[in-house]
Amino acid sequence: MKILVCISKAPDTTTKILFKDNDSVFNEDGVTFIINPYDEWYALVRALELKETLGGTVTVLHVGLASSDTEIRKALAIGADDAVRIDAEPNDASFVAKEIAEFAKDKSFDLILVGKETISFNGATVGGQIAGSLDLPFISLATKLDIESNNAIVEHDIDGGIEVLECEMPLVISCSKGMAEARIPNMRGIMAARTKPLLVLPSFGSQRLTNTIKYSLNPGRTTCKFIDAENAQQLIELLHNEAKVI
Amino acid sequence: MSVLVIAEISKGKIKKASLEATNYAFQIASQLSKTVTALILGETSGVNLDDLGKAGASKILTANDKKLESGDAKIICKVISDVMAQESSEVIVFSHDFNSKNIAPYLAAKVNAGIVPAAVDFPSIENGVFLVKKNVFSGKANATYQIESAIKILCLLPNSFPVELDKNKECVIEQYTAQLDGLESKIKIRETKKSSDSINLPEAELVVSAGRGLKGPENWGIIEELATELGAATACSRPVSDIGWRPHHEHVGQTGIAIRPNLYIAIGISGAIQHLAGVNGSKTIVVINKDPEAPFFKAADYGIIGDAFEIVPKITAALKNFKSSQH
Ligand SMILES: Cc1cc2nc3c(=O)[nH]c(=O)nc-3n(C[C@H](O)[C@H](O)[C@H](O)COP(=O)(O)OP(=O)(O)OC[C@H]3O[C@@H](n4cnc5c(N)ncnc54)[C@H](O)[C@@H]3O)c2cc1C
Ligand SMILES: Nc1ncnc2c1ncn2[C@@H]1O[C@H](COP(=O)(O)O)[C@@H](O)[C@H]1O
Repeated sequence: MKILVCISKAPDTTTKILFKDNDSVFNEDGVTFIINPYDEWYALVRALELKETLGGTVTVLHVGLASSDTEIRKALAIGADDAVRIDAEPNDASFVAKEIAEFAKDKSFDLILVGKETISFNGATVGGQIAGSLDLPFISLATKLDIESNNAIVEHDIDGGIEVLECEMPLVISCSKGMAEARIPNMRGIMAARTKPLLVLPSFGSQRLTNTIKYSLNPGRTTCKFIDAENAQQLIELLHNEAKVI
Repeated sequence: MSVLVIAEISKGKIKKASLEATNYAFQIASQLSKTVTALILGETSGVNLDDLGKAGASKILTANDKKLESGDAKIICKVISDVMAQESSEVIVFSHDFNSKNIAPYLAAKVNAGIVPAAVDFPSIENGVFLVKKNVFSGKANATYQIESAIKILCLLPNSFPVELDKNKECVIEQYTAQLDGLESKIKIRETKKSSDSINLPEAELVVSAGRGLKGPENWGIIEELATELGAATACSRPVSDIGWRPHHEHVGQTGIAIRPNLYIAIGISGAIQHLAGVNGSKTIVVINKDPEAPFFKAADYGIIGDAFEIVPKITAALKNFKSSQH
């Protein structure tokens, strides 16, 4: 089994979000980055589990600049065999997906795994775009993945329920909670990661189709109106007359 | 020339989110002096489609074919791109939900479209510059994107706008015959398990949610009674679904689903940032917690400090009274 796991990075979930350059750029100063949790906890760990039972290799791929090498090394420490970084600013999902597709097209991966979405930009589009570019089947929001002979058996979330699908490999799967349990890299893994291959490739020069012009912070809520615990009636009145939601 | 909206049916009715998307498409079409065509994939017999017309579609196309049943993006996108060609559509609107996460990005790659998922506002279109705002950083901020490609795909975040139906609007309904010869899906459905919940959480306007403060699954009765009285869906925090007190599909937050109902009542939930990420788009938030220092109060519109086991039944009773006084 040859598995490709696409990893993105995101600011740690407790990061205070700030912008700079006239609100046109996310301010990365002092921000701690993590591997996007869906990619690390679910896609990568499930890929490693499959490799451990079925044999094969797990390659991690990241489209981004050299500042991401720390996160890539962490994926190697968790257990990926090798890593590839396509050296380009990942600022447009269509661009990222096409770069990944260009890389993967002649490498005969059996599975291409991505996360459900990046927790920073919440796009959930890169996986589907990779599949579309490569003309491969796509299964979104998978919560369980098993392999039976040459088929992937995938449980995934659908509108108001779940569905179990079967699909011949190769295919692209976006991974969500439930697929695996997060792993913490151990000392041996961290040592091994230092010497594992991290190949840096130039961009394939794919087209960018969107451009981020401006950011704005969502105003938080002003102040909370407290209601006495004895006076439930007042809450109902406020929800009806003031908030007008019931 | 028309703006194409992909509409869906659930439980024998057009989904509310699809009506929102049709309203949205209508507003875009008006800016571009075009009309709206709605496309429905799958079985439509017995379903009243008129509301799509009232929401702004001047043409409804229904495409039903056995091959569409597996939900395979490849097959569905073949139909959508054929319809796009027939209708000369350059703007395609989806609702940002489970199905569109499967289909819209695949379509984007096939037709070389820039895509903006989770759009929260109408686009601004001036001198050919197409700008649209989307939610980023789990609702903490918005980003304005410029779509530079000729074909544009927008996925509207549900509950961004109230649905407006105009009974004077008219539409035609036509059957569309999909051309799927030679295309076979590699994806086969083994099993479908639909939840029996009467209200679908992502679309719900009212949500009652509870966390670890409830102590155990046997205590959810008070939550369900309040939800039933309100006509609300139920949700929960992550630890609650992790321990198996509540089903996985009720988990909201960063790693669960993101919702933005009109009313979110959080009971015995501390308000961790990862929980807020999934609910801070709600219009009104009520927090019930016995700890006055619970961080959730900082993100709430209304708060009650106290024991959920005493307060929730009182709210349910007050609501019953209120409802009977309304009649
Ligand atoms: C990367 C990451 C992703 C995460 N994703 C999510 C996510 O998607 N969704 C999510 O919910 N969490 C998520 N979490 C977990 C999150 O950080 C919190 O741990 C979790 O939300 C806490 O759940 P809780 O509020 O139910 O429990 P607790 O934090 O234990 O809070 C229980 C609350 O109940 C109150 N309480 C106790 N008894 C009563 C009573 N009798 N009456 C009233 N109030 C009472 C307490 O005062 C307390 O505030 C994530 C964490 C990480 C690190
Ligand atoms: N720059 C990137 N490099 C590699 N993979 C990425 C990148 N950006 C996104 N992905 C993958 O695509 C998934 C969905 O991302 P998105 O569509 O941006 O929400 C992520 O969880 C990753 O698996």
